[in-house]
Amino acid sequence: MRSTFRPGRRAMLAAPALLALPARAQGVRELLNVSYDPTREFYRDYNAGFAREWQAQHRQTLRINTSHGGSGRQARSVIDGLAADVVTLALAYDVDAIAERGLIARDWITRLPQNSAPYTSTIVFLTRKGNPKGLRDWPDLVKPGVAIITPNPKTSGGARWNYLAAWASAQKHGQNPEEFLARLFRQVPVLDTGARGSTTTFVQRGQGDVLLAWENEAHLALQEFGAGQFDIIYPPLSILAEPSVAVVDGNVDRRGTRDLAEAYLRGLYAPAGQEAAAKHFYRPRDQALLQKNAERFPTLELVTIDGAFGGWAEAQRVHFNDGGVFDRIYRPGR
Amino acid sequence: MNATEDPLWFRALLVALAVLTGLLLLALPLAAVFTEALRRGGEAALAAILEPDTLAAIRMTLIVAAISVPLNTVGGLAAAWCIAKHDFPGKRLLVTLVELPFSVSPVISGLVFVLIFGLQGWLGPWLQARGIQVIFALPGLVLATLFVTFPFVARTVLPLMQDQGRAEEEAAATLGAGGWQIFRRVTLPNIRWALLAGVLLCNARAMGEFGAVSVVSGHIRGQTNTMPLHVEILYNEYQFAGAFAVAALLALLGLVTLAAKAVLERWSGRVAGEAG
Repeated sequence: MRSTFRPGRRAMLAAPALLALPARAQGVRELLNVSYDPTREFYRDYNAGFAREWQAQHRQTLRINTSHGGSGRQARSVIDGLAADVVTLALAYDVDAIAERGLIARDWITRLPQNSAPYTSTIVFLTRKGNPKGLRDWPDLVKPGVAIITPNPKTSGGARWNYLAAWASAQKHGQNPEEFLARLFRQVPVLDTGARGSTTTFVQRGQGDVLLAWENEAHLALQEFGAGQFDIIYPPLSILAEPSVAVVDGNVDRRGTRDLAEAYLRGLYAPAGQEAAAKHFYRPRDQALLQKNAERFPTLELVTIDGAFGGWAEAQRVHFNDGGVFDRIYRPGR
Repeated sequence: MNATEDPLWFRALLVALAVLTGLLLLALPLAAVFTEALRRGGEAALAAILEPDTLAAIRMTLIVAAISVPLNTVGGLAAAWCIAKHDFPGKRLLVTLVELPFSVSPVISGLVFVLIFGLQGWLGPWLQARGIQVIFALPGLVLATLFVTFPFVARTVLPLMQDQGRAEEEAAATLGAGGWQIFRRVTLPNIRWALLAGVLLCNARAMGEFGAVSVVSGHIRGQTNTMPLHVEILYNEYQFAGAFAVAALLALLGLVTLAAKAVLERWSGRVAGEAG
C-alpha cells in the first residue's frame, strides 16, 4: 500500500466556505429575552414592533434574540450564565431565584408597575370537542377514567399555577386539598417539562381528556388546530397568574444594554405592548382594553398567590421544594 | 446442531422476523419523516429550510462538526495507538475512559460542562470576568459534542490495530525509522479504511447529537441552536412541516454519511483483496 493518507486536505479547503459567518452589520444592537414556553408567538409579534419603533427613534438596528422553555429551567440557565438582558418568566418565584444569586436586584418586583407583570393570565381546561367527559369544575377532573395532561411543577411555571388553582378550588369545596391533588396527579399519564410540551401531547398526540392550560395557550391551540376539535372550559374558580418580567442587572451592566432592556420592558405596558398581549390572549393590564376584549376574557373568580398562599416564597417552600407536598403526593408510575 | 441443519421453515421465520423488525423500527420512521416533510410539497419544505433561523441552525451544526470531528480524529487515533501499540501503567483506565461517553447519558455529559463552566460552577465567575462565554455559546456546544463523540474513532480503529499487532512497527524500528515515521508510513496506512469509517460515524453522531447539546445550548434562536434542537423548537411552535423538513435534511445528512461508509468499506475490501 503506497498511497499516502490525506483525508483532511480537501476538507480543510472546503471548511472556510462552510464556516463563513454572515458579517454582522456595524451598529446592530442585540438584546436577549429569556422567556417561558407559551410566549413565543406573542414576543415574536412584540419584538418586531419594538425593533421598528426603536429604529425610528434611535437610528439603531436591533436584533432581539429569544430563548423559550419551561420557566424553572430557563431561570436555571440564566443562573448558570445564559446572558439574558431581560427575563420574562411564568412566575415571580423564578425571577426571585435569579435575584437570590445576585444577578437581579432584590426589589425587582417593585421596579415596574403591577408587580412587574405587564399582563396576566389564568388557568383553564382544554377538552376534546363537546366536552365528552362533562368537565365543568375542578372536582370533575378526578372522576374515574379522566386522563389529565399537565406539565411538571418542578420545571414548569404553568404547572405550578395549575397545581395551586386546583388546591384553591379543593379548599373552597371543603375537600382535603392534599388528598385531592394526590388523586388528580394519579390521573396524569405523562408530565412534560414545559407547558408547550403538554399542549403538543394533548393536541398533537391525542393523549388525555383534558389539558390544564394557560388561558392563552388554550386559545392558541384552538387557533392553530381549528375550533372544531377542542373546547375551552372556564372553571368557576381559578388563579390570577402574574407572569413576571425583569431586567437582569448583572448582565445588562456588563453588556451595556440597560437602556435598551428597560425600554423593552416599559414598552410592554405601552398601548402597543398591551394590544399585542391581548391579541395573543394574555389579559392586558389596561382596563379599557380588557373591557374591549371582554368576550375573549370572561370574568371568573380568581384567587391570588399572595391572598391564598402567602406569596410565592411560601408556596414554593411548602409545595414544590424537595420534600414538599408535591414530592409527597406524586410517585411516577404509580 | 449448527444453523445450516435447522429446518428451512425455521430459517425463513428468523429471516422474516429480522426483516420485519428492520422495516418497523428503521425504515418506517424514516419514511414517515420524509412523507411528513413533503406533505405540503417540496417548495414548502425548501422554504422552511431556507428560513434564516433554520439556516443559522444548519450552519451551527456544520461548524460544530467541522471543529469536533477533526479533533476527535486526532484524539481517538492517539488513544487507540497508545492502547494497541504500547504497554504502560494505567492502560486499562485509559480504555475505560475512552468508552466512558458511551455509558454516560448525554444529558449528564451536558450537565458536567454546566457544572464546570456555568456561572455557579468552578470556572464560571473567572471566565465571565474576562468576558469569555463557554456554555450557552459555540465553545460549550463543541465541548459537549467532543465528549459525546470521542469513542467513535478510537473504538473503530482499536480492534484492527490490536489485530495487526506490533510486528510491522518493530520491523520498521529495527530498520531505523523514527516514531513519527513509523506511525505515518506503517501504522496509518494499515488502518486508514477503519479510520475513515470511524470519522464518518463520529460525524454522523456529531451532527445528530441532541441531549448533551440541549443542556449547554441555551436555545437562543438563530444563535446557539443546532439542527436537532431547531427541529424540537419548530415542532413546539406548531410548525410541523418545517420541523419534519429540517428533520428530513438531518436524516439525509446521516444517510449520506452511512452510504459513504458503505462505499468505502466495499472499496477497501477490493483494495485489500488486490493487495493480498
